Amino acid sequence: MESNIITTRRLRAYYGFDLILKDIDISIPRNRITAIIGPSGCGKTTLLRCFNRLHELTPGAKIEGKILLEGNDILKLNPIEVRRKIGMVFQKPNPFPNMSIYDNVIAGYKLNGTKQSKEKLDEIVESSLKKAGLWNEVKDSLYKKGIYLSGGQQQRLCIARALAMNPEVLLLDEPTSALDPKSSAYIEEVLVELKKTVTIIIVTHNIAQAGRISDYTAFLYLGRLIEFGPTEKVFTAPKNLQTERYLSGKFG
Amino acid sequence: MEGIKDRIFRFLIFLCASTVILIAAGMCITLFINSLPVLKHMGVSFILSSDWDPVNNKFGILPFLVGTLITSFLSLLISLPFSISTAILLGEYLRKGRMAIFLQNIIDLMAGIPSVIYGFWGLLVLVPIVQKVEIKLNIIPYGVGIFTASIVLATMVIPYTASIAREVISLVPDDLREAGYALGATRWEVIRCIVIPHAKTGIFAGVLLAFGRAIGETMAVTMIIGNRNQIPKSIFAPANTMASAIANQFTEATSDIYVSALIGVGLVLFMVTVIINYAGRYIIKRLEIK
Repeated sequence: MESNIITTRRLRAYYGFDLILKDIDISIPRNRITAIIGPSGCGKTTLLRCFNRLHELTPGAKIEGKILLEGNDILKLNPIEVRRKIGMVFQKPNPFPNMSIYDNVIAGYKLNGTKQSKEKLDEIVESSLKKAGLWNEVKDSLYKKGIYLSGGQQQRLCIARALAMNPEVLLLDEPTSALDPKSSAYIEEVLVELKKTVTIIIVTHNIAQAGRISDYTAFLYLGRLIEFGPTEKVFTAPKNLQTERYLSGKFG
Repeated sequence: MEGIKDRIFRFLIFLCASTVILIAAGMCITLFINSLPVLKHMGVSFILSSDWDPVNNKFGILPFLVGTLITSFLSLLISLPFSISTAILLGEYLRKGRMAIFLQNIIDLMAGIPSVIYGFWGLLVLVPIVQKVEIKLNIIPYGVGIFTASIVLATMVIPYTASIAREVISLVPDDLREAGYALGATRWEVIRCIVIPHAKTGIFAGVLLAFGRAIGETMAVTMIIGNRNQIPKSIFAPANTMASAIANQFTEATSDIYVSALIGVGLVLFMVTVIINYAGRYIIKRLEIK
């Protein structure tokens, strides 16, 4: 039996009066990669954005139910605290254009005004960039602007930026959908390496990607969690007809 | 192949555009030619002397130059906190809704109020208040002067900076804001470290526009600056600006050299505006490259 880091209870999310997530009960295993798949508009991204409470930044958005992180309901915690424990990487690489590579990595500390010694910061920058598999490419140009990197490098810079905060969970919202196959493959490698230290939840449109890198797969359809289990089982012997049809490309 | 209609159309826009350029060039040339007599008469001391004595044919415009620069800078300084706050409110907090439209309309309206009305307001409302403050501070209670004029100018230029700054703030991509929030930043931290740095070039352009407006403002300033042709000794002292001096003295200018001197003031005002505009553009370029 795996130990779970995040557990939701009857999680509902709304945009205005539209119910986007319908009573989601899911348990995310620690130090594993969990993939959330499903057709467009099924609520994958919304579910991801509930975990770090970004969902509620949209005017009119609302969350009901419980999301337990290590047993604490994150809906009752300060969202700022939650977001420091749960990092996020977005669909489009979004390094801060006015900051150098170095400053991008420690952006979380700069934003919060957390004072750290120069040595400590150097250390954070180096280890985060190494974890994100970017160190060797940028170690000689740390003070150049992050936007001059390629798309794949920018996305790894964003991963490093999230890792610098030492999160327990890393959320990724279709992180490779804007990248070429080679950059995507490299990011997949990085993620598999990362799960030793951090729990990863990845939303993806790319079923093959979910099959390659995830340990668990959740299939969402029309706001409901249709199927959830070890990726092998979900992919080879889905219990639900919808899941089977989606995985075999009958709809998408 | 170009049709005949295309050619006529092209000819017309060329004609109109070149007319605009000719008018601008003509203005420059007229200003320069008509100020030649005073430039010959005074030499460099036209700009460097602070002795403005038309009766004795002494025309040193330094007091006006200083007055213009001080009132403009001071008004920018006063207006900046208000215009930037308004821009942040409208660009970040109140992006939609009736309240946002209402506020935006008020700001647009502020830009449309004729300057003589600002002058009236300054004279009737602000001058008595400033006088009371001056009495408290134990200085001569003129009421009118640099300080009062700067406040009125500040009020007049707020909408220019605020509108442009609001525009560029709302153009900051949302995914950058979200990246900040996802790192655990508060709203204030996102605004301070992400939104403002990203929008700073645009905000600076707005400030530049406001400066151009302040430097050439005539009517409102003339009513409350005190029209004293001396270099002001404090910010509460009456003074004069270039635009205000021209407007005030043109009807009194009886001799040819006096008229030429006032046109010369216009030439300098024009050149100061050009210099500040180009300096501003240079700074904007530098900001963008960095």
